[in-house]
Amino acid sequence: MAAVGFFTDTTICIGCKACEVACKEWNQLPDDGLRFTGMSYDNTAALGASTWRHVSFIERPVPLTGQETGLGDFSWLLQSDVCKHCHRAGCLEACPTGAIIRTEFDSVYVQPDICNGCGYCVVSCPFGVIDRREDDGRAWKCTLCYDRLKGGMEPACAKACPTDSIQFGDLDELKDRARGRLERLHRHGVTEAYLYGADAAGQPGTEGLNAFFLLLDKPEVYNLPPDPVAPAMEAKPAWTSMAFAVLGMAAAAVGAVLMGRES
Amino acid sequence: MAECHPVGFRWVMAAKSRGAKVIHVDPRFTRTSAVADLHVPIRAGSDIAFLGGLIRHVIETERYFLEYVLHYTNAPALICEDFKDTEDLDGLFSGWNEKDGQYDPASWAYEGTDVGPAAGNREHFTGQPYSERGTQSGAERFDFTLQHPRCVFQIVKRHFSRYTPELVEEVCGVPRELFLQVAEAVCANSGRERTTAFCYAVGWTQHSTGVQYIRSASILQLLLGNVGRPGGGIMALRGHASIQGSTDIPTLYDILPGYLPMPKDKHDTSFEQYVKLNGSPSGWWSEFPKYAVSLLKAWFGAAATKENGWRFDDLPRLSGDHSHMTTVSAMADGEVKGYFLMGENPTVGSMHGALHRKAMRKLDWLVVRDFALTESAEFWRDAPEIERGEVRPEDVPTEVFFFPAATHTEKDGSFTNTQRLLQWHHKAVEPPGDCRSELHFTYHLGRRLKELYAGSMEPSDQGLLTLTWDYPVSGESEEPSAEAVLQEINGFRVADRQPVGQFTDLKDDGSTACGCWIYCGSYAKGVNQTARRKPGREQPCVALEWGWAWPANRHMLYNRASADPEGRPWSERKRYVWWDEEKKHWTGHDTPDFIADRPPSYRPGKDAKGIDTLAGDNPFVMQGDGLGWLYAPSGLADGPLPTHYEPQEGVVENFLYGQQCNPGRMEWLRRDNPYHRPWDDPRFPCLITTYRLTEHHTAGGMSRWLTWLSELQPEMFCEVSPQLAREKGLTNGGWATITTARGEIEARVLVTERIPPLRIKGRRIQQIGLPYHWGSKGRVRGDAANELISFVADPNVSIQESKALTGAIEAGRRSRGRRVVTSGPLVPALSSGGHERDLPVVGHKPVGPHGISESRTQEGD
Repeated sequence: MAAVGFFTDTTICIGCKACEVACKEWNQLPDDGLRFTGMSYDNTAALGASTWRHVSFIERPVPLTGQETGLGDFSWLLQSDVCKHCHRAGCLEACPTGAIIRTEFDSVYVQPDICNGCGYCVVSCPFGVIDRREDDGRAWKCTLCYDRLKGGMEPACAKACPTDSIQFGDLDELKDRARGRLERLHRHGVTEAYLYGADAAGQPGTEGLNAFFLLLDKPEVYNLPPDPVAPAMEAKPAWTSMAFAVLGMAAAAVGAVLMGRES
Repeated sequence: MAECHPVGFRWVMAAKSRGAKVIHVDPRFTRTSAVADLHVPIRAGSDIAFLGGLIRHVIETERYFLEYVLHYTNAPALICEDFKDTEDLDGLFSGWNEKDGQYDPASWAYEGTDVGPAAGNREHFTGQPYSERGTQSGAERFDFTLQHPRCVFQIVKRHFSRYTPELVEEVCGVPRELFLQVAEAVCANSGRERTTAFCYAVGWTQHSTGVQYIRSASILQLLLGNVGRPGGGIMALRGHASIQGSTDIPTLYDILPGYLPMPKDKHDTSFEQYVKLNGSPSGWWSEFPKYAVSLLKAWFGAAATKENGWRFDDLPRLSGDHSHMTTVSAMADGEVKGYFLMGENPTVGSMHGALHRKAMRKLDWLVVRDFALTESAEFWRDAPEIERGEVRPEDVPTEVFFFPAATHTEKDGSFTNTQRLLQWHHKAVEPPGDCRSELHFTYHLGRRLKELYAGSMEPSDQGLLTLTWDYPVSGESEEPSAEAVLQEINGFRVADRQPVGQFTDLKDDGSTACGCWIYCGSYAKGVNQTARRKPGREQPCVALEWGWAWPANRHMLYNRASADPEGRPWSERKRYVWWDEEKKHWTGHDTPDFIADRPPSYRPGKDAKGIDTLAGDNPFVMQGDGLGWLYAPSGLADGPLPTHYEPQEGVVENFLYGQQCNPGRMEWLRRDNPYHRPWDDPRFPCLITTYRLTEHHTAGGMSRWLTWLSELQPEMFCEVSPQLAREKGLTNGGWATITTARGEIEARVLVTERIPPLRIKGRRIQQIGLPYHWGSKGRVRGDAANELISFVADPNVSIQESKALTGAIEAGRRSRGRRVVTSGPLVPALSSGGHERDLPVVGHKPVGPHGISESRTQEGD
């Protein structure tokens, strides 16, 4: 089975949130609280245990290349965020029970019947995607609509997206398409456009994302980490520095004892 | 468009990716602006000045499509000598009748002749029917050099000559450079090789000048040659899935199916008289008798005969204006006994909720059919005036019947979209519990009424008793067959009940029956054409085999205009429909909207009648003269040309004319419907505009009960600029109270750069944005914005003015016993302060019953 994923082209997102609703409807997810946040038109605020697609509304005092508005230096960035199904997935690597697996579609999937709710995955996701649901304690996130894929259908969010901002498909094909789109934008002077997480070279800490994005501003503007790293990748340097630290401390202790004796 | 029609907007995005330039003109920076090439913030309520500026630009820079304008519009027609423009009369056209408080449009006519309008007001407002006099097919005198001072082109040019970029800047708050960018883009994208389309929604229509907004766009598009051509047009984006369908098969009080006028008590005394007054001697409406007879045959079956006038006398007659606000104000005065609300929640979705509730408290009975107990169903025990203790539920005598409704997935039926495309939907699941379809409710109500009246010999009951009402039913709930209704709408031959193929098969001798002539063909060959689902990729781009578009599966109206007068495409790029000289037939990508075998060279003889009056180069076949009307010599209540008037409640005076507001507007001068000063009201300094959000559906009946939608926009909020927030001490996420003379509401505050203050003649104008989805019921609740809006309307179609009004905003929550004008204390009245809405000659309009200052309410008009 070829790897599949999402290419989310934020330049054509209209912020309709059809993806959020389609996701919740298909996956029968509960609401995430009925509260007004005051953060532009974003009231679900972030990805979480019950929100597997989330649309960000970023009002920024920067003009959009190619756009003119009577408001002057202003633009509204819209972006539908989702689990990235990382090539090196922090959550999967941290899961002690084997509940989180890599599927035949190369997606990262939490098996709810195995998850014991330990929460290691929650702190191991460099994007803050996976989360535990308060009522049942288990960890939940986007399944890439595993059940739909098994039935030969595309994920609900991509199906519902009216402008094809969310594109689903074979990962290699999506990457080709994304590069084509990027070139076209660059040709039209939108030089700030770039692909986020499209390959391992660009994002070594995850070795690339199966759900990657076309963005128009720094990752931080979209509440995405500029340099995400799967925690296990830090294991070797972490252990190494710890070993040095242990050695250093041991040397210091020995030294202290020896020096103390001399005096 | 992205906000309220995200699915339709995919096509705008597809066009953009192919190089189209997307321009968004809106007081706010919305989701549409976010992806537009150009966003133009405009003062709410000033669009005629903006569009007028574009019209002037097109004329002054000679960018109009001359050949199109000369042949397909009435630009060369001469107007009668008595006509005076608003430029001559300080904002009034000639013909103002001081006594009646309305226009007599006689002086607007073509020189020496009249021609009836294809739509709109077919009678003079003074009561004299139109077509009786209008026996000519169109203008008689033309100047094809367009130089004659009384030709339409010169009149239009003079009328708009003051709408300069400088004026647009002053009136609309749009910097002239930005305006000129729009003007240049529109001109550059029009002509033989290119076209420009306009899309609008209620932001254009819900004004006291609403119809003239659309007229402005029509004039502009006709000048540029953008009507009847691919990529052109003026698209009305509808607020509900089948709003188009509900005007075609109308829920409106003044039309019958297929835009046949509702008979008027005073004039339409017999079927012959009805045909005489409402038909037309020329153009396609000359076919009127065929459609009227076929409709009556569909309704009354064998009981309708030529001898008894096809039972025309059994149709109800209009005794006056029965539009929405007129009916509700009469209801508030105790003159209406019963009321059906079918999927409508007027105390939230309409204007002036308090006045609606006051009116409903006077009813004997109220029927509400909806998915849930809406605010309109619960008005008697859950409302601001009840919260305050001014009205006690036990004192409300109205008996409320609530019927749970089936959703569209729980019933068969069709949707008609804005493109006039009928798309069938099939029932997916049975409706739960007592939920039933509208069709079920209406059919069984009719059936029971017929049983109740069975055997009656009263003449007034015979209409009900002879009505054909024989749809097959099925299942436990006895659901009538929606497809059988569609078959009746399509029409059939009376002799053998075989479906008719198209409306040209209809007869006026009683041999055909048809429930709606424009839908004729939707069930052609006995096949439900609206259920066709051939994917676009498997057929040519116009996709004639997806659903079915009225009339006759024509996807674009007036598409004869996509070819030049000789019948050749204007350009290869814009080839759409053309004349095939070999086959002597119109052909093309779409079904030609023209008489199929009428050659471009055809010219009517002097004695031509009916559709024979349409020349081979008259694309606008519904018009009596076959032409696009830059100037409307008849049909409109408020003038032959659009004119900038300020809203009923404005922030500034009218910079163009002494006449402040539309002189023809409908006002309700009642104690429970107070207005602010015409402009500069110190109590209400801000400009308010209302709108919808993507996440909710209109009054919320379909969205506020659903958590997946409710969590996305969980509370009523107002949008204000950072400057206004600073001035008023409003904090983001905090509370604000918004007040008008009608009432007050509270809302969360969203401070955003997206609703900028505008500079109007050196003054800074603050706009407040209010979505109107919330009420006191549902999973998410909040105050209804429409509590703030008054009863005031456009005179042509009685649409309310809810997109531009004035109000005040303060930080903090409203008082617990909130004020509504119908029962609580009024805001202290303020004299007009010398501000007048009308010129002295206008300002004495007779006030009719229920405070309505508009003479159309007189009997028979």
